[in-house]
Amino acid sequence: MDMETDQIYQIDVGNLLAFNPNHRFPSAPSSREELVKECVTEGTKLVQAIADTLFNFPSTETNDGPLVQLPPPTTKLPREKHLPRPKPPTKWEEFALKKGIQKRKKDKIVYDETTDKFKRRHGYDRVNDDNDIPIIEAKASDEPGEDPFAKRLDDKKKRVGKQEKNRLQNLKTAAKAGALPSHVQLAVTALPISGTKTQPQKLGKEALGDVAGLAATSTASGGKFDKKLPGEKPPKKQGKHHKYLPVLPRYGEVDEEKEQTNKVLSKLLSKHSHEILNVGKAIDMYNDKKEKKKSGRSDKLKAKKDITKKKPYANKAK
Amino acid sequence: MEIRTPKTHKAKRVLEKRAPKLVENGKKTLILHGTKTSATLSAVLMELYRLKKGGAIKYSRRNENIRPFESGGETSLEFFSQKTDCSIFAYGSHTKKRPDNLVLGRMYDHHVYDLIEVGIENFKSLLSFSYDKKIAPHEGSKPFICFTGEGFENVPELKQLKEVLTDLFRGEVVENLNLTGLDRAYICTAISPTKVFLTHCAIKLKKSGTIVPRIELVEVGPSMDLVIRRNRLPNDGLRKEAMKSSKDKPKKKLKNVDQDDVLGKRGRIFIPEQEIGKKPLPDKSKGVKRERREGKLKKNKEEGSASKKQKESE
Repeated sequence: MDMETDQIYQIDVGNLLAFNPNHRFPSAPSSREELVKECVTEGTKLVQAIADTLFNFPSTETNDGPLVQLPPPTTKLPREKHLPRPKPPTKWEEFALKKGIQKRKKDKIVYDETTDKFKRRHGYDRVNDDNDIPIIEAKASDEPGEDPFAKRLDDKKKRVGKQEKNRLQNLKTAAKAGALPSHVQLAVTALPISGTKTQPQKLGKEALGDVAGLAATSTASGGKFDKKLPGEKPPKKQGKHHKYLPVLPRYGEVDEEKEQTNKVLSKLLSKHSHEILNVGKAIDMYNDKKEKKKSGRSDKLKAKKDITKKKPYANKAK
Repeated sequence: MEIRTPKTHKAKRVLEKRAPKLVENGKKTLILHGTKTSATLSAVLMELYRLKKGGAIKYSRRNENIRPFESGGETSLEFFSQKTDCSIFAYGSHTKKRPDNLVLGRMYDHHVYDLIEVGIENFKSLLSFSYDKKIAPHEGSKPFICFTGEGFENVPELKQLKEVLTDLFRGEVVENLNLTGLDRAYICTAISPTKVFLTHCAIKLKKSGTIVPRIELVEVGPSMDLVIRRNRLPNDGLRKEAMKSSKDKPKKKLKNVDQDDVLGKRGRIFIPEQEIGKKPLPDKSKGVKRERREGKLKKNKEEGSASKKQKESE
């Protein structure tokens, strides 16, 4: 709105912004209130100028009030993130472009000739399901003794693995160009080559707790009397872990001890017991034991008998 | 290397929201403070947070290792910006050399783009203003921003401050605006080449002869003097890159419409389920006299439409 020749404001309606470049304070304002008043009056003029243009826009009536379409803002402000970079074409896309292969939209429901029905392409009860094939005809090129069903599964696994590798490669090239899709992150998992920088492995809480326990076992008493730091948990049970089964089973529950012994017995008495028992090993163990007994058990740890000590109740009556 | 994708839809949506786009979301503000804050400074930060309620995050702990103007002191800021997806920050600190210091900065790609340091003087909190509560501005409404003074054009620091304040107060860029929701304005006046007076006012629309109402401003919010201290402008290269905008408009996908060669343009309409069993029957109580009956019917109709209006406005 032109009031005087030099009162042209710079208005940006898209941002609801107005700038008056032609104002200056003629003299130092007398008091704070005067200053504030003058600023507010100047501001009012600017807001009025924006409102003039704003209320003259064509408006549509809605329940909440008149809706106006704002023009795009004219003041250029810096972006907060870079512009999205174009994705480099994947290997398949390059190949398709070269060969001139067009994408064809596939239907969700397909006609299945074997059952004369319309079945879905993917998902439950799908067309051409691998698990549904009852018979695979043998070809002349097949080796005898090779399971064709297992072979199919194996082939599928290989195909899936190859596809995953290709996908990873495509994502790597996209990441190099700075155009990785927003929901994907590439993370390093394998160990790097020695000499290069290793990613520092973050120790979890449990690992740190175990380290203290490991150090404690090197003490003479096995860490039992070590002073514990505040918040340090008592050490987990060291040594062998025995699970003792209840002697009498609870009401309605299976007798686990009985089951255990039955299991062993059934294994021994079964048809294939000769396969379970390693006869050679059993013989060796038995022979070893016999020899040890014969040699008099030269165990260093066995307490030596004190011959000077007298037996308390020696039979004096001869 | 391994591919990591989000396992939930919510996580995926969050990542997509934070991804770089052609048309960006509104910038969020990160408000934090340093080792020491004065009473005025903590009030300023709190009120700034209140003004920008929907699009701001306020950290309450003190951050000792943030020094925006030093080369190594920005890493924490950049990390927070990455974590909270905030592109503007307001960092307050109080030292003997720089009392009531506020650093306003912007980020580009979560790296510091530019900084401007202002000192706060003559701060008046929004609690000290008394006004009619009916005109109090609503949270999250789009404000008018007004700059007065030739300093904003001639002095480079004030020019930068103008840009930063516009970015800070702008909020989201919208296409459609509801004219009844205009209730606040920020007035910035350059009192001297180094001082800016900033105040926040509520808008009163008064009847005038024309469609355009007469505007009256009432000071409601915090008002303060900003004294320019230090600043850092972005490098030319970075500035050029940040100001780049793509010419082509993003293609808006037109849903539920398809072109058929035989029938032409076809659209799909979805009708909500008519729960016939749950619909309330009209109250045609025959025992009541006719006028009373009709009055009851009218009343129920009005109540029904009023609640509908409420639902739509929410």
